[in-house]
Amino acid sequence: MMKIEKKENNLLKNAVLILIFAAIIVLLDLDIIGDNYVRRVLNLAAIYAIVSVSMNLVNGFTGLFSLGQAGFMAIGAYTVAVFTVPVEARKAIFYIVPQSPLVANIELPFFVALILGGLLAALVAILIGMPVLRLKSDYLAIATLGFSEIIRIVFTNMKTITNGALGIKSIPQMPTMWVFFGAMIISVILIVLLINSSYGRAFKAIREDDIAAEAMGINLFKHKVLSFAIGAFFAGIGGGLLASLLGTVDPKQFYFTMTYNFLLIIVLGGMGSISGTVIASFVVTVGLEVLRFFDDSLVLFGYEVPIFRAGFRMVIFSILLMILVLFFRNGLMGQKELSWKMVGDFFNGKKSPKNNRKGGAA
Amino acid sequence: MSVLKVDSVVMQFGGVVAVNNLNIEVEKGHIQALIGPNGAGKTTAFNVITGVYTPTKGNVYLNNEKITGLTPDKIAMKGIARTFQNIRLFKNLTVLDNILIANHLHVKSNFISSTLRLPWSKAEERHMREKSEMLLNKLGLLHLKNEIAHSLPYGEQRKLEIARALATDAKLLLLDEPAAGMNPHETMALSNFIYTIRDEFELTIFMIEHHMDLVMEISDKIYVLDFGQLIAEGTADEVKNNPRVIEAYLGVEEDAEN
Amino acid sequence: MTFEVFMQQLANGISIGSLYALLAIGYTMVYGILRLINFAHGDIFMMSAYFMVFGMVTFGLPWYVSAAIVIVAAVALGVLIEKAAYKSLRDAPRMSIMISAIGVSFLLENLATYLFTGVPKGFPDIDILTRAISFGNVSLSVATLVTPVVTIILLFVVLFITNKTKIGMAMRAVSKDFETARLMGININRVISTTFVIGSALAAVGAILWGSKYPSVIPLMGVMPGLKCFIAAVLGGIGNTTGAVLGGFILGMSEIMLVSFLPSLTGYRDAIAFIILIIVLIVKPTGLLGEKVTDKV
Repeated sequence: MMKIEKKENNLLKNAVLILIFAAIIVLLDLDIIGDNYVRRVLNLAAIYAIVSVSMNLVNGFTGLFSLGQAGFMAIGAYTVAVFTVPVEARKAIFYIVPQSPLVANIELPFFVALILGGLLAALVAILIGMPVLRLKSDYLAIATLGFSEIIRIVFTNMKTITNGALGIKSIPQMPTMWVFFGAMIISVILIVLLINSSYGRAFKAIREDDIAAEAMGINLFKHKVLSFAIGAFFAGIGGGLLASLLGTVDPKQFYFTMTYNFLLIIVLGGMGSISGTVIASFVVTVGLEVLRFFDDSLVLFGYEVPIFRAGFRMVIFSILLMILVLFFRNGLMGQKELSWKMVGDFFNGKKSPKNNRKGGAA
Repeated sequence: MSVLKVDSVVMQFGGVVAVNNLNIEVEKGHIQALIGPNGAGKTTAFNVITGVYTPTKGNVYLNNEKITGLTPDKIAMKGIARTFQNIRLFKNLTVLDNILIANHLHVKSNFISSTLRLPWSKAEERHMREKSEMLLNKLGLLHLKNEIAHSLPYGEQRKLEIARALATDAKLLLLDEPAAGMNPHETMALSNFIYTIRDEFELTIFMIEHHMDLVMEISDKIYVLDFGQLIAEGTADEVKNNPRVIEAYLGVEEDAEN
Repeated sequence: MTFEVFMQQLANGISIGSLYALLAIGYTMVYGILRLINFAHGDIFMMSAYFMVFGMVTFGLPWYVSAAIVIVAAVALGVLIEKAAYKSLRDAPRMSIMISAIGVSFLLENLATYLFTGVPKGFPDIDILTRAISFGNVSLSVATLVTPVVTIILLFVVLFITNKTKIGMAMRAVSKDFETARLMGININRVISTTFVIGSALAAVGAILWGSKYPSVIPLMGVMPGLKCFIAAVLGGIGNTTGAVLGGFILGMSEIMLVSFLPSLTGYRDAIAFIILIIVLIVKPTGLLGEKVTDKV
């Protein structure tokens, strides 16, 4: 009886929580609270959540060290940019080199272009993954980091499609936050469902012990490529949303260091925890905005504090990443998911049992 | 009829010949053992059979079908499952998840229908869970199904690894030192356990083992390996009284035990 | 293309190849021992270039004094990184130590941007290296000629250390089997430190020669060479010092040849390394001189 009551209780709590979140977004969306800046930061956080959760699928759940998110996002972003800018507006953008007739007259609805961007990113992931994932996946980090850079080189050079270093402007922007938050909710739900399916269990088995997984009949190559391609698909979706949020794309936005944002997020949230990743996405995105004051000079009592100047924020950022991985390797959540019990224990001062890999009877 | 046939297998690593001209036949329904001092090449032989290594020469047959050169996952699908000398469970996952993962090789749904929980995928998943719980129940592990694998006591971990191998529906089970680290009492229980699963699941069992009491008691046939060479084969009595075995193997037994 | 231009390009290829080789040795040794892609290696190279700028420009030291100080500083930095960021994670999951390596790399890049700004700094002119020598119509800088010689000499030094000294033997043992070597009483910490000392010293030498050829020092100058040189190490056979040098030469030559024979593809120069990586993984994953390693099951 107790147990059932508790379950209903939690259900109620969940419903209340969801309503509160929905209400906040509705209020923001109707411009009753917040301003454009707040909306933009929150939308960005939602995009970061999509990309980080998909990166966690690959790195945290499948145990592959991929660093290609920025590159896959670039593919998604450019797909949206190339296909959603109104045809009549393109001449003004491609004023130096005209757009190639291949794409010049194709205009797609936003959501079609968004999905197409995700699919193209997944396709490229398969092409990279095939040779690299066949044997030891050790080199995936280097291959993906390199790919991130190559995709920028390619986009800079394919002037007739991407407008080169000038980038593409006038990308139609979405009128409501629900596009970004809706995409986030759907993406996270899909990834959670995948992780809890038989395929997700196979991914986890590969992470835990690839030799044992293979001996149990799991085709390592097929499952690694699958996880990697799905991760790329959602990164592509994230990139497409980013293009729409910013209204402009250029190759410099997708410098490989962008991927480190997502790395920090998944380490902070916990490799192998989806709820941790979503929370960390918002903490890190909002945090990076708040920390902007580090980059401005600070005057205290008429004395200019010398350490506050351009670049300080990123120094803090990288030190944070180091501290996390050296001292708090499990991040906020380890491999656990957020639950009411955890919240309750936290407030009752009980230390939640940390995910101790070394503990237990060996 | 022999289920497994290892035919003149040679396994060479660079200049080192780990296994030389190995011939083994395992009869259907038998419990057979591969013994020998440490470093004799026993685990290498297992790794060749399960596809971890491709033999330099020779072939491996399962039910007269050649399986040489297949990858371990393909061989698992053909019906050979194994355990490992130093337990390789999916440590941070639950007992039930460990078993469910071994069912994955039979999954027909693709990842999309699995993710979207389409009706047939849902039915498949339900069936898989029922089957896994039934298996855990038969092996007396059901009460532990939500425990994290690495938190289990050592003996239960060994058992779980065997359960996981059985979950693949394999008919040939390779056990790599199942009694390692067990006391005589536990070893005795293990021998009963092996008999039970053999009969219950109609298995053929081939194992590597150092506990001579266990090997002598339950094996229908024993192969003795030394420095990669087969030096004797036969029943427990035949092997026990074989002078080459006494000389080459039992002579170093005491060192091996340390 | 005239013969002169070809010779010029050939010399360039060999010279850039030997610079890659110097960095690749550091990657291959660390990977051989720790199975770690030391992402910070390219940033030690970058920092060395900055140290050289400070030594010669800010403090006005002669080049050889600066060079000596730079090598010592790079070694100190390399060893410090290992102690601070890698040591405590040796028994952690592999991905943790890789993330730590990324973290160090990113920290050094950000520190450099913060401390030295992103504006390129001119690498000091080392007269005896930048002087031009003419062979008929072919004109080369001394640095172009000296670099391969220095690389080959250093390769022999490294080979001597790994093959003929006691610590070298320990290094080979550790790279063959970490755990067994540890059980056998080999001082793992000393072996690892030595590896970082050698790798960092070579990166510093590489940075000094690099600066004489491409005299623009920026915080991200180590990123691309870093990635490429790891690939050079994979191409040569990871863990194999001679292979790393060979891989470095092949990579450098391929880049220069692409630029000179297919000038329209010059923009894709940085992509070659990654295409080479893909080809190596498909055709010969163990690399040119690598041995097949088998996992213990």
